[in-house]
Amino acid sequence: MIKSQAMEKINQKKHQVMRIQNVSLSFGGLKALIDVSLEIYQKEILAIIGPNGAGKSCMLNIISGIYTPEEGTVIWKGKKREKVAPHNIAKMGIARTFQNIALFTGMTVLDNILTGRNLLMKRGLFYEAMFLGWARDQEIQHRKKVEEIIDFLEIQAVRKVPVSRLPYGIQKRVELGRALAAEPELLLLDEPMAGMNVEEKEDMCRFVLDVNEQFGTTIILIEHDMGVVMDISDRVAVLDYGRKIADGLPKDVRTDQKVIDAYLGVG
Amino acid sequence: MSRNLELLDTFSKILRDNAAVFANKAAIREKEYGIWQTLSWNDFYNNAQILAYGFKKNGVKRGDKVAIVGDNRPKLYLTIAASQLLGAIPVPCYQDSAADEILYILDHAEIKIVVVENQEQVDKVLEVIDRLPKLNLIMYDDSRGLENYDNKSILPLSNILDSKDEVSSSWVDEEINKTSKNDIAIMLYTSGTTGRPKGVLLSYNNLISVAGKACEIEKFSVDDEVVAYLPMAWVGDNIFCVAQSYIAGFCVNCPESRDTLAIDLREIGPTYYFAPPMVWEAMLTQLMVRMQDAARVKLWFFNYFMKVAKNWGNAILDKKKVPIWGRLLYGLGYIFVYGPLKNNLGLTRVRIAYTAGEAMGPDTFLFYRSLGINLKSLYGQTEASVFVTLQNDGDVDPETVGPAFPGVDIKISDGEVLYKSSGVFKGYYKNDKATKDTVDSKGWVSTGDAGVIDSKGHLKIIDRAKDVGKLTSGKIFSPKYIENKLKFHGIIKEAVAFGNNKDFVTCFINIDLQAVGSWAERNNVAYSGYIDLAGQDEVYDLVEKAIYEVNRDLSKDGALSASQIKRFLILHKELDADDGELTRTNKVRRGTISERYGELVDAMYNKSKTCHITTEVVFEDGKKGDISADINIRDLEVHFSKEKAA
Repeated sequence: MIKSQAMEKINQKKHQVMRIQNVSLSFGGLKALIDVSLEIYQKEILAIIGPNGAGKSCMLNIISGIYTPEEGTVIWKGKKREKVAPHNIAKMGIARTFQNIALFTGMTVLDNILTGRNLLMKRGLFYEAMFLGWARDQEIQHRKKVEEIIDFLEIQAVRKVPVSRLPYGIQKRVELGRALAAEPELLLLDEPMAGMNVEEKEDMCRFVLDVNEQFGTTIILIEHDMGVVMDISDRVAVLDYGRKIADGLPKDVRTDQKVIDAYLGVG
Repeated sequence: MSRNLELLDTFSKILRDNAAVFANKAAIREKEYGIWQTLSWNDFYNNAQILAYGFKKNGVKRGDKVAIVGDNRPKLYLTIAASQLLGAIPVPCYQDSAADEILYILDHAEIKIVVVENQEQVDKVLEVIDRLPKLNLIMYDDSRGLENYDNKSILPLSNILDSKDEVSSSWVDEEINKTSKNDIAIMLYTSGTTGRPKGVLLSYNNLISVAGKACEIEKFSVDDEVVAYLPMAWVGDNIFCVAQSYIAGFCVNCPESRDTLAIDLREIGPTYYFAPPMVWEAMLTQLMVRMQDAARVKLWFFNYFMKVAKNWGNAILDKKKVPIWGRLLYGLGYIFVYGPLKNNLGLTRVRIAYTAGEAMGPDTFLFYRSLGINLKSLYGQTEASVFVTLQNDGDVDPETVGPAFPGVDIKISDGEVLYKSSGVFKGYYKNDKATKDTVDSKGWVSTGDAGVIDSKGHLKIIDRAKDVGKLTSGKIFSPKYIENKLKFHGIIKEAVAFGNNKDFVTCFINIDLQAVGSWAERNNVAYSGYIDLAGQDEVYDLVEKAIYEVNRDLSKDGALSASQIKRFLILHKELDADDGELTRTNKVRRGTISERYGELVDAMYNKSKTCHITTEVVFEDGKKGDISADINIRDLEVHFSKEKAA
């Protein structure tokens, strides 16, 4: 396994947000993850790559807490994490986007992003329904935050357009917006560039980098486009048949023989 | 409101007065985070003072030049106001310019401070900063993405605007009173159809006298609204959105972004609107394309009432006699079609609309007028502080650009239009030779445009004087005249005609992707993109039909019947300002085009049926690439002219 000295240095300085220790997971006879360990550091962009069926999405689901590992532990901010309910995952500061877009297609962009603020809304049903005092102030605050995200993602022109009428690339952007609305510490992106043309990919890359830089969000992304992965990630972890075969700087991973074998097959 | 512009002879003086007279009325608005944020005249003046003081502390002195690069933003308009308050000269640049173009202007104008909109523009300036020894400060409005720039010479404007500095009013008054009407108010670089841009120096008197008169004629008041969306470097923006807004006190609205312009227009509902013919034409094309998809009943209503509008609309707008049933039908049409349509376009409240810069198809022109939009043509130049001619209410001929603007004298000498007025510029910056070539000793300015004055005293522009040439047969050849006729067809976006010193006329065509794309969809013509669509036989047929009509028109036109188009081709790429083929104001650069596409021009005249060409293109981020295509050339039947038939 590669781990250059330079990497070690970087990592020592950085604060660890999550540590996954010797995690295994299987579905019946299928071993999806076998004894995988992974550390996630604050403010980094970590890419998880691997051939189809390597266990990338599983890994993401373990990180987000949707799956609970059969063996091994997940340590989130220094504490061991047990089984968690989905709304508690969001409360912990983890947000994600999906491989297939999962937006409310009949609602406008603005409303979709506003749903990302749901957990941060504190007023009771009565106040919300009557739109009284506090509820009103709260609505203004949340709307302001949403507008900042709209501005950030440059989707002002479609603010009030129902999502179903938007092109795919923009829908992906809206989904990112909704995840950002929760002000997550850790953002999980499941194939954010899939199915996009070059221009849309370039835009998305810029947004991912900007999110990382401006909000200091830690980002984990699964991506198949190697150009994108090598360009934007600080660190790359490679999975193959449920095992982690490499973990390091993009330039090191690229030249790693095990990774090359996994992708091209061994002769 | 008429104001004493003898006393208020500089913009700073008007602004100071506005802060007292209009106080809390809106001066400028910007949509930010989805909400229109308003700055009153009072706020605007206060901010201008703070900014001016900050500029002074940063070393800006009287007579220095301050460059401005960006979209229309209140803080950039404030920069203009603050510079003028200090007696410095603002130099707005086209925001789309590539780094090289910016370099030329910043260097030529000896800029020390450049104020830009955002990161994109900062990067552009940084790219060439090594070659600009005099530039020592870059200031920006929008800080997004700039947080981590570690460079002491890059500062946010908010540093100054949010500072708690007390600006003494006596200092402000002193600075304002130092400036007088013959000082230079602004320097604007021409877009440069040929050669390098030239810096046009305009004085306060130039701008204020012209804008004041236009305000008087159009009766602008503090209640008018205008949307500022055309480049700040363009003289029109400085008249319509700065000078006239100062004088009449109306509010200037800055759209949220370029993409939201249509939405913002609808929200603001401007009463005063300017758009070049291209924008009007694009609006009409889009409208027609969308109507094709409408339900049958709606389409029938639309077609019927558009016929009604064609019959009576213009007469009603011109306050002519119209039979009662004509008025009734038009009234119904207003309820069913024109009203909702204007609302959709954001033009409901438009009281005065202008177009200029290029010729506009009479059909397009009359279409808007028939909806009750008071659209008028004007003819103007940067060197004239815009207005040379302006059409009068109720006396609008789509073929002309109207009579001379009050206070302007026009004459035709050797076919070229000359004028003289109080708006005539002070000269080109550091280019006396060009100034002398343009303005004669008696103050007449050559426009470089060939034109005629008709019996009613209206000016008709034919072409750029130097572009008018002759065919080998000796017959006159006017490329612009032919191109305009072509462009009046919705499917043709741009055309370039050749024929000077040739046996016959040929032309390059750029199709309108939206119009032709929609046509292709309805006619089951599959295509993957512009190149593909442009090369299809069906599209050639479509264009041929349009040219056939143009040729028929030309054949009836005596002297120009020899200018019928005999061969044409559809270019494989759209002409683009980034490739230097158009100016930043979208005018065709003939020289560049005939150089770049020399092979194609040759092929037009050597009987080839196809020609292979590879063209280098520049992408928006400055990267270069090649596109190549085999282009078909098509021959056309020409119409016999009356002369020959006789």
